[in-house]
Amino acid sequence: MKVIKIDKKDWAGGIDKIQDAYRLSGPVREEKSHNFKVLGKGELPDLNFLNTRLSPKSIVYPQSEIMFEYSLDEKDPDHHIMKDAAKDYSPKAVLGIRPCDASAFLLVKRNFDTPDYKDPYWVRAYESTTFIGAACNNPCSTCFCTTAGSGPFNEDGLDILLADAGECYYAKAITEKGDNLLNTAGWKTIADGGALKKIESLKKEAEAKISSLVSTDQLNNKKTTELYEAPFWEDVSFSCINCGTCTYLCPTCWCFDIQDENSGCSGVRMKNWDSCMFPLFTIHGTGHNPRGTKLHRVRQRFMHKLKYYVDKYESGIQCVGCGRCIRSCPVNIDIRRVCDMMNSYDPKACACAVK
Amino acid sequence: MIKGDIKVQNPYMPYPVRIDEIITETEDRNLKTFKFVFLNPGDEDKFSYKAGQFAELSVTGKGEIPIGIASSPTEKGFVKFTVNKVGLVSSYLHSMKVGDIMGIRGPLGNSYPWDTLEGKNVVIIGGGFAFTTLRSSIVSMLDPANRKKFKDINVIYGARTPGMLLYRDELAAWERRDDIKMHITVDAANDLDWKYNVGFVPAITEKKAPQADADTYAIICGPPVMIKFTQPVLDKLGYGHDHIIMSLENRMKCGIGMCGRCNIGKEFVCKDGPVFTLAQLNATPREY
Repeated sequence: MKVIKIDKKDWAGGIDKIQDAYRLSGPVREEKSHNFKVLGKGELPDLNFLNTRLSPKSIVYPQSEIMFEYSLDEKDPDHHIMKDAAKDYSPKAVLGIRPCDASAFLLVKRNFDTPDYKDPYWVRAYESTTFIGAACNNPCSTCFCTTAGSGPFNEDGLDILLADAGECYYAKAITEKGDNLLNTAGWKTIADGGALKKIESLKKEAEAKISSLVSTDQLNNKKTTELYEAPFWEDVSFSCINCGTCTYLCPTCWCFDIQDENSGCSGVRMKNWDSCMFPLFTIHGTGHNPRGTKLHRVRQRFMHKLKYYVDKYESGIQCVGCGRCIRSCPVNIDIRRVCDMMNSYDPKACACAVK
Repeated sequence: MIKGDIKVQNPYMPYPVRIDEIITETEDRNLKTFKFVFLNPGDEDKFSYKAGQFAELSVTGKGEIPIGIASSPTEKGFVKFTVNKVGLVSSYLHSMKVGDIMGIRGPLGNSYPWDTLEGKNVVIIGGGFAFTTLRSSIVSMLDPANRKKFKDINVIYGARTPGMLLYRDELAAWERRDDIKMHITVDAANDLDWKYNVGFVPAITEKKAPQADADTYAIICGPPVMIKFTQPVLDKLGYGHDHIIMSLENRMKCGIGMCGRCNIGKEFVCKDGPVFTLAQLNATPREY
């Protein structure tokens, strides 16, 4: 494994070179919080942050994306026929993504890149992006990545892991894509043997700071219908206002809507983020709604992430422990608490309550 | 800047089609059958389907709706869909005319389990306008090349009134055949010449459906209230839940298991369904 040492004095110059070859996004401060945006020439990512308020999912999966264009003008020879919208899949890079958010893309990939169908927009945008992770030396109090399949120095889904060692960065090239980006930046100084040791000790320190944990080991043993009928959903959903904030912030929420938008005699068919928190998400044309109450909708969100996903892909949970939904929920619903309730649920113990 | 072309097959791109014929099916004029012809030769072969699958009808500028395929794979040169006028897209579609251009995307979903049904007795139970993929199935099973693959075929089909039955000419033609047992019924007949059954589907099922055995499968499609009262009848006749086959509907957008709204538990109605056995449904939340 190649580790490159980047002197902080070479930082700005390298970023400038990266921008000649890649459309570069990074975290920048916007009022009170950080968010990812495409960096202009000369603009540097601000790595002095805990995590961004919104997840970086929109870099690969924009909130609104045009798929097709069409003409409604009958004089047009191709009227009413969908045409591919122009797309730009030239190389992109995101610098400063947290390891949890990078590993979230791998969870979402299972949905969009399947043996039967591939979402060409998500797949091509993902493949054209190089992910340069900023390891977390100081996790937040709401971070529970280490028990959610990720971690502050986790390398899954990253092309490069960047560790801040004070006077310099150590860049661990994880993939060929990562190697190429480091070459482009002109960061070529091979770090000495102490670098890996230093990264390892920073990692241990960071992991030790994470005090928030979830248990997920029993989820796949639970019966779906029993968890679905569990009495605690009433309590969990009671305060929810179905605002959908959790789904918009979440790096692993991928649900979307398809809409036609017309302007005069032409229009576009687009994909837009949608949310399982909204009644319109599932309502039938007849007015019947299979998820007609907020209890249904809250239960769907947690069951999807913590049970259906686990069963469907025979994997871990559809959550990387970034903690955004916990920090931003206006009524303090906490996925860690729900996860533990689900993981430890025993329908027999609740039998008296059901009566 | 390099403009990337989409190399992988784009599952969101509809095949362009022309409306070739529109038939008003029911006396309330809320159900019309649309016959589509593919604009590009070759697209018909790509749209190779089985009875029980559905497609997204794409009305350019309005949106898409998931509709069961009413034509049979044995019918060539066109595809047919019967659409109830309900929402934005279906209402607009009802105002379109022969010759108009739109799109269809599919085929989508699984189908009725034709491998399992081969060599078996098939009992089809349908109600109201949920008879479209059942029509596809009957036409397909009655095709001379296919009929010998099945034993007895019973069809119980009901609507509110004679004028609300779909495909009335075909129903009459099937009544005259001796290789399919038709049990057509209406809730109430306003027609003095009505010569078939009167009564709700569950009651007619109780009277006419064959007793269950290992070689007999029931396919049931209809409004929730019909299914609710027919299921106990099938239980009484001894049908095992793995011998009761149902086709579900849910709100859908993508039709390929990605957009996230039509799931019942871990199964997507659009991709893992819409056809499930009752045994499968018993293990999932009933969110349909």
